[in-house]
Amino acid sequence: MDRKIISKTGAPGGVPPNLGDYDAAVAAFSGESAFSDTDSLPAGKLNIAWAAVDRHVQGPLREQTALRVLPLQGGARDISYGQLHDLTNRFANLLRDLGIGPGDRIITLLGRVPELYLSALGTLKNRSVFCPLYAAFGPEPIRLRLDLAGAKVLVTTEALFRHKIEPQLPALPSLRYVLLTDSSEVSPHCPICRELSGLMEQTDPRFSIEPTEPEDWALLHFTSGTTGTPKGAVHVHEAVRMHQFSGKLALDIHPGDVFWCTADPGWVTGTSYGIIAPLALGATLIVDEGTFDPQRWYGIIQEHRVNVWYTAPTAIRMMMRLGTDVARGFDTSSLRFLASVGEPLNPEAVIWGQEAFGLPFHDNWWQTETGSILIANYRSMAIKPGSMGRPLPGISAAILGHRDDGSLRQIEDADEPGELAIRKGWPSMFRTYLGESERYERCFVGDWYLTGDLARRDRDGYFWFIGRKDDLIKSSGHLIAPFEVESQLLTHPAVAEAAVIGKPDSTALEIVKAFVSLKPGEAPSEALRRDILAHARRRLGAAVAPKELVFRSNLPKTRSGKMMRRLLKAEETGTSPGDLSTLESNTPFAG
Amino acid sequence: MDEKTLSDLVLDSLTKAAPDIDRNLLDPGMNFRDQLEIDSVDFLGFVLDLEKRLKIRIPEIDYPKLSSLKGCLGHLGPILKDR
Repeated sequence: MDRKIISKTGAPGGVPPNLGDYDAAVAAFSGESAFSDTDSLPAGKLNIAWAAVDRHVQGPLREQTALRVLPLQGGARDISYGQLHDLTNRFANLLRDLGIGPGDRIITLLGRVPELYLSALGTLKNRSVFCPLYAAFGPEPIRLRLDLAGAKVLVTTEALFRHKIEPQLPALPSLRYVLLTDSSEVSPHCPICRELSGLMEQTDPRFSIEPTEPEDWALLHFTSGTTGTPKGAVHVHEAVRMHQFSGKLALDIHPGDVFWCTADPGWVTGTSYGIIAPLALGATLIVDEGTFDPQRWYGIIQEHRVNVWYTAPTAIRMMMRLGTDVARGFDTSSLRFLASVGEPLNPEAVIWGQEAFGLPFHDNWWQTETGSILIANYRSMAIKPGSMGRPLPGISAAILGHRDDGSLRQIEDADEPGELAIRKGWPSMFRTYLGESERYERCFVGDWYLTGDLARRDRDGYFWFIGRKDDLIKSSGHLIAPFEVESQLLTHPAVAEAAVIGKPDSTALEIVKAFVSLKPGEAPSEALRRDILAHARRRLGAAVAPKELVFRSNLPKTRSGKMMRRLLKAEETGTSPGDLSTLESNTPFAG
Repeated sequence: MDEKTLSDLVLDSLTKAAPDIDRNLLDPGMNFRDQLEIDSVDFLGFVLDLEKRLKIRIPEIDYPKLSSLKGCLGHLGPILKDR
């Protein structure tokens, strides 16, 4: 079942790996304090922004580039750690001047622009809670998340504000300020809008971080849930110990490295590894304002001498389509380590890295809830292509099975599938779902956090992803809730019923496919199909809305009226639908 | 194929991949992704649909040339001039 193993010899580039020998590191791991060598504040308190920025500026890192910003129009702009320190101080002072305090939620709806980093780190200095949203979401997912977060401040661009926020302002009573990053003229129709750069100039570049408890809330990341209401996973300041530890071991980030994480800032990866971990480790971050374009990307690696590159399977598979020769046409010899996250990386893509860049891609596994990489392929460890790797030192992962009485048992046999579980207690573990403590409690059984992912562990201790336990769809690295999509399809006047599944896709792993039945008097047509898709895209955004839609006269339901998505999925994939005993008897399963 | 026919065909492929697009608001010289809500999967769907309709193979290396309406016409026009 296992493919050819990629063995590791030596240290390309001459830089020794941070994790020299996996088994030795696991054996030597001693207790929670080993999770990082992060210094603590003088009073023994820990703040993420202090660990990422402030502690560096007393030493030689002050003059080093923290952010290398590559604007859309070309060129590059460097921001040193010293400058980042002052800019984030200004943002923290700005929040304080606006009366925003500890625990208040600051939301960003931004691409990769300098203001994202200032907002994130300035928010953390003020001990407020930073919550990034995905700018490609449509107005409806954005409103829902702003509302659930109880957002007090939103940082965004004028275009995004006009298009996605302004019409919904009346439905967001807790929102006190909208800070616009690119507007010189603030609309008189928006009394809560302010122009960010003007305010920043008026504030003091000196700021002293107040004592921060390790358990103080720091980050809020929304992820999809099976009920359709997104879950707001809350992380605390102590998480930075794990960000740094995992960045060092799993991504092999060294001080002074040029590090490039291509993840969108709206996802947890964009914060944990797009901002915090590499700064905590003293790296220079590539901040690319542009969108995906393989040749431009190779050009960035060549020109800026990128050492560590953390990207995603969909992007890698699109690069593979373009072929190896194009990649080889660029000088990518600066690369030392390639990693991937978002969905399982297929073996061909792991190996393609070797052909194109002389280095394999290293897949790793984690979730919004885990806050950091927990299972990984390391630079020094042999890769079994297709495997997510082995747990970080200090992390205990297991495969759990359900007994007939519903209780859980730990599966010891190699390759027997079950639910992936992590022993609780690592520093970046989420601490609650915002406003939903019961939902949070349901994620744990005894000492174990249940991930909802099905996996197996082979005889050598490598973990292999099998699928999701629930109906959630993994598409281009996004986790999408069918219910959230179906709810919006049902708001189209012609739609009677809707069911949404993940259809296997060679590039995006899965794409969102909708099955729709129409109200009486409505007839299927190409025009109506496009109209319903357009309706869903306007509300949900391109990343969440269906890519395909088919009409069906009936949709399979249980006797209690619940949509049987797995039946549609089985039909789509040509697999067995499993137990059909609850299928509503008078529902013919036909198109 | 004349430019009007080709332009209509390109726009139809684009709106098939992303039906929420208002083709009247499209700036022909501007990158689709900078002005429209389309992601990389939509763009791939658009190019594959163009291949199917035009019965041509578009190498991946040429995809960036198709990133605006003007780019599409400039790249595909000469290829299709005899059709």
